[in-house]
Amino acid sequence: MTAKLDAIDMDAVVDTKARTGWQHDLYDLLRAHGVTQFGYVPDAGHSVLIDRSLADAGVRSIGLTTEEEGVALIAGADLGGARAVLLMQSSGVGNCINMLSLIKGARFPFLTLVSMRGDYGEGNPWQFPMGQATQSVLEAMGVICLRIDRPDDVVATTTAALTMVFKSGQAVAVLLGQKLIGAKPF
Amino acid sequence: MPPRSAASELAKAAAPGFVLERSEAVPALIGAHEDFLLIAGLGGSARDVGAVTGDGAHVYSLGGAMGAACMMGLGLALARPDKRVLVVTGDGELLMNIGALATIAVIDPPNLAILCVDNGHYGETGWQKSHTSLGVDLEKIASGSGIKRTRTVATQADITDGARLLREGNGTSFVVVRVKPTEPPEFKRNFDASLCRDRFRAALLRP
Repeated sequence: MTAKLDAIDMDAVVDTKARTGWQHDLYDLLRAHGVTQFGYVPDAGHSVLIDRSLADAGVRSIGLTTEEEGVALIAGADLGGARAVLLMQSSGVGNCINMLSLIKGARFPFLTLVSMRGDYGEGNPWQFPMGQATQSVLEAMGVICLRIDRPDDVVATTTAALTMVFKSGQAVAVLLGQKLIGAKPF
Repeated sequence: MPPRSAASELAKAAAPGFVLERSEAVPALIGAHEDFLLIAGLGGSARDVGAVTGDGAHVYSLGGAMGAACMMGLGLALARPDKRVLVVTGDGELLMNIGALATIAVIDPPNLAILCVDNGHYGETGWQKSHTSLGVDLEKIASGSGIKRTRTVATQADITDGARLLREGNGTSFVVVRVKPTEPPEFKRNFDASLCRDRFRAALLRP
């Protein structure tokens, strides 16, 4: 199978009209928990969440030039009593390191969904250095990592993360593994 | 390294075009601070804001996480469209996360204003020149990013217009005030980031 077809297959698991598939369940779950700000850096793994947030009159969807902007956005939203989420790729985690001082130092609730690269079945060697360091880097800055590799675990694990963040005030990253989102062979 | 005051004197001599006194210009631009929720960048801008506000519960000042101020202001402004949010930052902090201006311009919340106190130097670290002493124009960057309401306040005559712009409500505004590279006001603010978060939220969100 060609690389191009693989990329199409990854999106084909989601029926955007019927809004079925774990990506839609994930979006509905975030909205049901009162998340109203979506900060994102464009990414294929998050495309359903990004598109739905852009089409949702009840949320503000903020395209970021770099991921650390989203860390500060989340802190500002919290000061105003709003719930925000940062959608990024694992490579973007590296851009956030010092900005996570804000989260750890002030104990801001912090939720990020990280689509993994440099992970299961990755075909681009450039993705491995940051992909393989993602969990260590997050944990070094005090962010708890919950990893998902199976579609059946998406709702339960993300629900757990939402509770940890918005009830217990923790910083949590949900890592969406490439076994879940589909490995990119390019 | 020369003493900080001596370094500041050297910086001052090398900074034509940076003539306003920050201790006068910044309070004049902010005006009645109670009208705003304030986010202050680290270093000098936090001291400017502390001196104006007394470090009140409507202020969140950074002591690190350099580059966070503008984006915290955006998150807060979107969360509270009923309040006017003023970010006070410095040239060094703004330069560290300059892409935030592009992000903010696209969203363009009408209740957000950014005041950059530009002394052309990194005062905290020994008065090294910043890029704004070397030809970088922050107002042009803000304008080029798409922020429609921008001003440079370089003389006393510009202050009234700059202060008005920070309070206007039809789109995000950006004002850069050029000030002498002198020591910011002496102000000992609370450095407990978590306590300041709780203080801010309690004052704003308590029913």
